[in-house]
Amino acid sequence: MLLLKELSEACGVSGNEGAVRQVILDAIRDRVDEYRTDALGNLIALKKGTGKTARKVMIAAHMDEVGLMIMHIEKEGSLRFHPVGGIDDRVLLAKKVLIGENKVPGVIGAKPVHLLEPKAREQVVKFKEMSIDIGVSSKEEAERLVKVGDYAVFDVPFVELGGALRTVKGKAFDDRAGCAVLVELLRDRYPFDLYAAFTVQEEVGLRGARVAAYSIAPHLAFALEGTICDDLPKKGDTSPTTVLGKGPAITIMDRSVIADRRLVELLIDTAEKNGIPYQFKQPALGGTDAGAIHLSREGVPSAVVAVPSRYIHSPTSLLSLNDLENTVQLMRQTLARVNDLDLTR
Amino acid sequence: MKELIKELTEAYGPSGNEDAVRETIKRHIAGHVSEMRVDALGNLIALKKGQPQSGIEPRKIMLAAHMDEIGVIVSQIDEKGFLRFAPVGGVNPLTLLGSRVIFADGMIGVIGRERPEKPDEFPKIEKMFIDVGAPDKEHLTRKVGDMAAFLRPLADLGQRLTAKAFDDRIGCAILVQTAQELETTPHDVYFVFTVQEEVGLRGALTSAFGVEPDVAIAVDITTTGDTPEAYPMAVSLGAGPAIKVKDRGMLAHPGVKNWLAETAERLGLPYQFEVLEAGTTDAMAIQTSRAGVAAGVLSIPTRYAHTPSEMVDYNDVQNAVKLLVGLLSGPVKI
Amino acid sequence: MQIKEFLKKLSEASGVSGYEAGVRELVREEFSQYADQIRIDTMGNLIALKRGEATQAPRRSIMLAGHMDEIGLLVTKLEKGFVRFSTVGGFDLRVLPGQEVLVHGRRDLPGIIATRPPHVLSPEEREQTMPLDKLFIDVGLPEEELAQLVRVGDVITLQRQFTELAGNLVSGKAFDDRAAVACIAYCLQHLAAMKHSWDVYAVATVQEEVGLKGALTSTFGLMPDIGVAIDVCHGNMLGVPEVDTVNVGGGPAIAFGPNIHSLLYSRLVETAKAFEISYQPDPTPGPSGTDAWAMQVTREGLPTALVSIPLRYMHTTVETLSLKDVERTGRLLALFIASLDEAFAQALGLKSE
Repeated sequence: MLLLKELSEACGVSGNEGAVRQVILDAIRDRVDEYRTDALGNLIALKKGTGKTARKVMIAAHMDEVGLMIMHIEKEGSLRFHPVGGIDDRVLLAKKVLIGENKVPGVIGAKPVHLLEPKAREQVVKFKEMSIDIGVSSKEEAERLVKVGDYAVFDVPFVELGGALRTVKGKAFDDRAGCAVLVELLRDRYPFDLYAAFTVQEEVGLRGARVAAYSIAPHLAFALEGTICDDLPKKGDTSPTTVLGKGPAITIMDRSVIADRRLVELLIDTAEKNGIPYQFKQPALGGTDAGAIHLSREGVPSAVVAVPSRYIHSPTSLLSLNDLENTVQLMRQTLARVNDLDLTR
Repeated sequence: MKELIKELTEAYGPSGNEDAVRETIKRHIAGHVSEMRVDALGNLIALKKGQPQSGIEPRKIMLAAHMDEIGVIVSQIDEKGFLRFAPVGGVNPLTLLGSRVIFADGMIGVIGRERPEKPDEFPKIEKMFIDVGAPDKEHLTRKVGDMAAFLRPLADLGQRLTAKAFDDRIGCAILVQTAQELETTPHDVYFVFTVQEEVGLRGALTSAFGVEPDVAIAVDITTTGDTPEAYPMAVSLGAGPAIKVKDRGMLAHPGVKNWLAETAERLGLPYQFEVLEAGTTDAMAIQTSRAGVAAGVLSIPTRYAHTPSEMVDYNDVQNAVKLLVGLLSGPVKI
Repeated sequence: MQIKEFLKKLSEASGVSGYEAGVRELVREEFSQYADQIRIDTMGNLIALKRGEATQAPRRSIMLAGHMDEIGLLVTKLEKGFVRFSTVGGFDLRVLPGQEVLVHGRRDLPGIIATRPPHVLSPEEREQTMPLDKLFIDVGLPEEELAQLVRVGDVITLQRQFTELAGNLVSGKAFDDRAAVACIAYCLQHLAAMKHSWDVYAVATVQEEVGLKGALTSTFGLMPDIGVAIDVCHGNMLGVPEVDTVNVGGGPAIAFGPNIHSLLYSRLVETAKAFEISYQPDPTPGPSGTDAWAMQVTREGLPTALVSIPLRYMHTTVETLSLKDVERTGRLLALFIASLDEAFAQALGLKSE
């Protein structure tokens, strides 16, 4: 799973996915028959089928991650920023970031606890009150290193934690985990034409998937995700959404899509028959590229399979390589059967 | 028509699970339309081919009513077999307490609530559960992701009717009745029974793309301002079907709005104009399909929307059918 | 064309979202002086085509979009001789009390958004924003007469005369986004005296304020090679941090971020630099909230840019901007269009037919 490390450490905030695209392209160039980058930056690769069917299957994984954008440089050289995508203000304080093409290091400062009024310790600091310190003392100096409009990512190295679940930590598993799975799936050839769409701008509104689906016009689709895993100890009646190590999570319904029942049943049946562990993602939470894909043109039957990933949308996330491999297995076995699925009603 | 309305409102069909409603509708419109198909998302698209009439320019008209209803989805099952759930569409927690729900296979459950910390606490869906009467988890055949709908039979109050899911089975009934009563039309009329309206107008989006209409009219419910201390609104039950000017999601095409109003006046049918502050309909999604569609809405005034006991006036329903039949028999004037 | 006079006419015209016919006539009159073709689509967008000189067929095209609709009000109910209303588009309800309006009933009726005198209000009442269901319009007519002239669904526009302030600034209503429409006209006028190889679709869009609807459908219909939305953005105002604004009088703000194709951004910036047009970078980390947001994801996707005119007091009847910024924006667009060639199309990776 070396590619997960490379993917995780690549910088690709929504709208600026070029570096991630390059990593993926290098990995898949020899595995696919055609590829192109579209107007928004989606990487769309075609793995031709064995010719038995005209069916087109789209599998999407998004390349972008949540991050920051530099909005303004203050006179004394500190940088004001705005989140790109959904980030909880509370995870921002005292983090290290890398800014722009040259990966200029900076830190999001925090007032020392000693200087805080007791009340202030309980208050959430809003991102508008924070700034990034890159070590300069004037606007002019700052402008030599960074510019307004630069993107910034959290600086988090990929580390293997090991253990029975073969846990790893890194940034942006949402959705580099999905990208890693999709890259693996491109090793095989299937009876149908497989369109792998590595999409952009999922985190700002499923925008890449929307145009990719329109141009591919698939007969059915899967979205691969690194999804919410909220399995910290808490009151027993609260769902963990998904649980680490319990296998790929299948979506029934989230905020963006009601998964196609026939595809869901095929996934479940395939998992059961092959002894692959699986779980259901808690319904009604989150949204994925499938939300845009299933509404493309005249509609596309769609499903979502995800790798449970703890602490997504924060600097560091954590997943089990077992789950990642089981997701590859589940998808590989399901794709082998998807051609026989009757989609008429 | 009351039999049809009863059958449709009592059918099971939360968003994404509209199969039973679709089969019922198919049965009632078979023979009254030229062709029928079901698309990838499950929309039922029925075409009544136009007969050329001299002096009338034929247009492609889409009528839309959604088959789905609000409901709940099982999100977690606890050790004792109680089912935690999340809403499907806009469900007001107040209407859930004491309600019964039914699953696709006919299993019935009642909705219970954790003991509130304060007696007057507003109920939260996260603090509720469905009890299907299973003695323990082992005897439970349900799984996460199963959906349930309100269980409530229609009651005929005479002039007025009350039932669950008038939103939008009343629209479905009106479309079915219109298809039956409309003997000939100069236009190609697509009767589209959509899915997943309550979770974001999803079926309308894809079916409109497929149909590519020139003109579209959604038939759906609207709220009223005629109950005690209601939010000020000029719409009341029994004052005729409502012609939409605006809701939260769209401004009706002024041409379609006027075409509806002028037709009602020509036929001597009562009508009212509607400006709705909350909510929207399939017409919102249809309007911006492809390069744009002239879209409007014919609304049935409905009290207590999104509760298990919605209420409509039977005259409004019948007048809506008359208006649509009249509209589709003549030229499109927009 | 004089920008000031045209903007004054546009600003004082009525054209609430969905009901843009009044203002559209003025735009049609102006655009038709420079266009080879002009039409109105199903939604009501005005689409003017100015052909380019390239000989290849089909010629490449750029779409310019500025929206002509304005936020406004709509009659919801008549009550005891007063008019209840709803809003069309995003209003700050606090700016409504005491505004003068025009109710477009069977005839246009001037009216006032009623306010009770401070003398009769309790201190608590004075502290609170008036909610929509407590606001009424008074057109000074008795109940019966009102009912004859006004119906549910009639449109209401806010009234404000165009005003010249000192320092080349002007103030009025609906500069958002009629200033962009004026700027597109200025661009077309400039282009008439220039060579450009690409076709230019100048689109005055409708229903932007209620969800970017005109841009969504007109872009789908035209499917140009690239698109540029022209809108307004927040200009520097007292009490608003510098990070949230650009300078009024500082030139067009050129957006950058997920909504924008980076090559279009850099070409716009290069053009501004080459012709010494002052401009301001406008980092836009998420939804731009403009027609560009809809245009970008049309069909297979469209390389999109956004150029904005700095404006103070957005969505009020005293929107304020610098005429110099409108001119500069129009000129920048014309020069940008003139620079478009096949090499740029290739760099963008645009398909060849």
